[in-house]
Amino acid sequence: MIDYGLNDTQKLLVDLIKRIGEEYIKPYALEWDEKEVYNERPIKALAQADFFGIIVPKEYGGLGLGSLEMCLAVEHLSYYCAGVSTTYAASFLGAYPIIFFGNQEQKAHYLPRIAKGESLCAFALTEPQAGSDAFGIKTTAKKEGDYYVLNGVKQWITNGGIADIYVVIALTDPSKGARGASAFIVEKGDPGFTVGKKEKKLGLRTSVTTELFFNDCVIPKSRLLAKEGMGFIVALKTLDYARCGAGAQAVGIAQAAMEISLKHASSRIQFGQPVYQFQAVSHTFADMAMKIEASRSLLYSVARFIDRGAKDFSGASSMVKCFATDVAMWVTERAIQMMGGLGYMRDYPVQKYFRDAKCLQIYEGTNEIQRNVIARELLKHYK
Amino acid sequence: MEKIILCIKGVPKPGTVKVDPVTHTLKRDSLELILNPPDRQAVEMAVRLKENYGLKVTVITMGPPNVIPLLKEVYGIGADEMVLLSDRAFAGADTLATSYVLAEAIKKMSPYSLVLMGLKSIDGETSQVPPETAALLGLPSITNVKTVLKERNNWVVLRQTEYGEEELEVEPPFVASVLPEAFDYLRPPSLKRLLEVKEKDPLVFTAKDLGLSSEKLGLNGSPTQVVDVFEKKFEAKGQVLEGEPSFLVEKLISVLEQKGLIHR
Repeated sequence: MIDYGLNDTQKLLVDLIKRIGEEYIKPYALEWDEKEVYNERPIKALAQADFFGIIVPKEYGGLGLGSLEMCLAVEHLSYYCAGVSTTYAASFLGAYPIIFFGNQEQKAHYLPRIAKGESLCAFALTEPQAGSDAFGIKTTAKKEGDYYVLNGVKQWITNGGIADIYVVIALTDPSKGARGASAFIVEKGDPGFTVGKKEKKLGLRTSVTTELFFNDCVIPKSRLLAKEGMGFIVALKTLDYARCGAGAQAVGIAQAAMEISLKHASSRIQFGQPVYQFQAVSHTFADMAMKIEASRSLLYSVARFIDRGAKDFSGASSMVKCFATDVAMWVTERAIQMMGGLGYMRDYPVQKYFRDAKCLQIYEGTNEIQRNVIARELLKHYK
Repeated sequence: MEKIILCIKGVPKPGTVKVDPVTHTLKRDSLELILNPPDRQAVEMAVRLKENYGLKVTVITMGPPNVIPLLKEVYGIGADEMVLLSDRAFAGADTLATSYVLAEAIKKMSPYSLVLMGLKSIDGETSQVPPETAALLGLPSITNVKTVLKERNNWVVLRQTEYGEEELEVEPPFVASVLPEAFDYLRPPSLKRLLEVKEKDPLVFTAKDLGLSSEKLGLNGSPTQVVDVFEKKFEAKGQVLEGEPSFLVEKLISVLEQKGLIHR
């Protein structure tokens, strides 16, 4: 309903991602969800279409585009399947730290593979006892000569096992607390690194979530990102950038849920007329549309804000993440209601959207944590 | 560098076709063109051969300028050069007149190792253009191709036959039509290449550029004339039998007997 003034490159990108969605995802999304299986065809197609190179600088084989383009890709991918878009977007979580904090050698070694989609990435911060309280991590990395030795457990890691490159936050100096954490690149196959069981999830079921175990995992010291003690700076900056991605997922899911329930409501006849003609129904759709466009407007504004070189955008990206994902939860729940019994049946995708949306309020910082961030930033801004 | 000539066709997107009730021709203005789906198999094969053996891919099509986006799409998937054969005189061409133009254009592009085409188009469904083009070029024609491998100077081609497969060794150049089931995964275009091709234009050749004889072009050069195009109607004819049950049973059995479905 609103023209967001996308440029030619962005329009081309959207057209291509929709094509990939129609051909490689739409016919299979419900089946992958039902069977809870990861399928690599859409990931291969995204790789061949250069979508893993969106944010990778041109000199490393990427497209050198920005947050808005990343969000457009994630939004339109999520319209078809938020599980696939989780695999895709979580790979950026692992790629951002290398782009922002990698040295020349690390960038030259990893980024071309990432841009081509030859290697998926993962980002490992969360631990069994350290979720929202990320500073409570216990995984350690002890320097021994030219190596670091990692020990500990990471939990709920998206792309665990299917990724080749893992950015892992571990304590190099446990006595310093948050300032004692560092970020490392761990590769699949490193000695002492194993992947735990695949989690069974409510939604996002075609994405892979696992534990990671580090048992005297030995990596060369050249795998340290930035400097010792920078671990949480790496993590927080990465999450600041990635939060818009979760917002973009939310907008895509909500849009899909609205469209399919709208189609139903305008053709389902009860009491001699399409149910859309009942005001309780049509006003629900009016609310859906308003909330979705508000989410999208906020998302694009903040993505453009970041792309203009904003330095301090934690509050802004938290707003996108929190607002858009709450909207997606509300819209997907209403979409089921608008379809009645059909909405509840697993033959139709709205129940999948509902289950997928739930995770967005939890991962990449719960919406409660996002509100904490926004509240904290408010006091800085309006002091 | 060795070269593949990849021939593609723009066809109406299913569901967008409308037939003019008077002239029986397709209403072109309402048409949305897509890349002929079986041609995507030929595109995939061409790009794989490019990856494996470093061949250059020239994509070529005949049609009005509205097929240019399809050439760009194939460039996006991996073609290196785009050629459009476009002339009002080409309009109304049947498979022979089309093959004539393609063959004459392909001659101009020598040397090349092979010509790849989709097996058939979803609008005409004749499968005639690949073998006709081969005949006009005086080259071997291999249809229903599943795989193409290069072995030293020759090519080894696996083709599907009615009851099995046939492996052929062939000297280049040759013309191959690719089986619609050859690959179960077809790659999408690359965003980088689509952005790159935005500013590029295909080479365009007209009848004059190719030095073609007008009596072999378009409707004039087409021995096939379409007399009528119509939608086939299927009607299910029900028959209702009425009367007493005993009568009905006899009646039903005799009806089935008449149709030869049962014997008493």
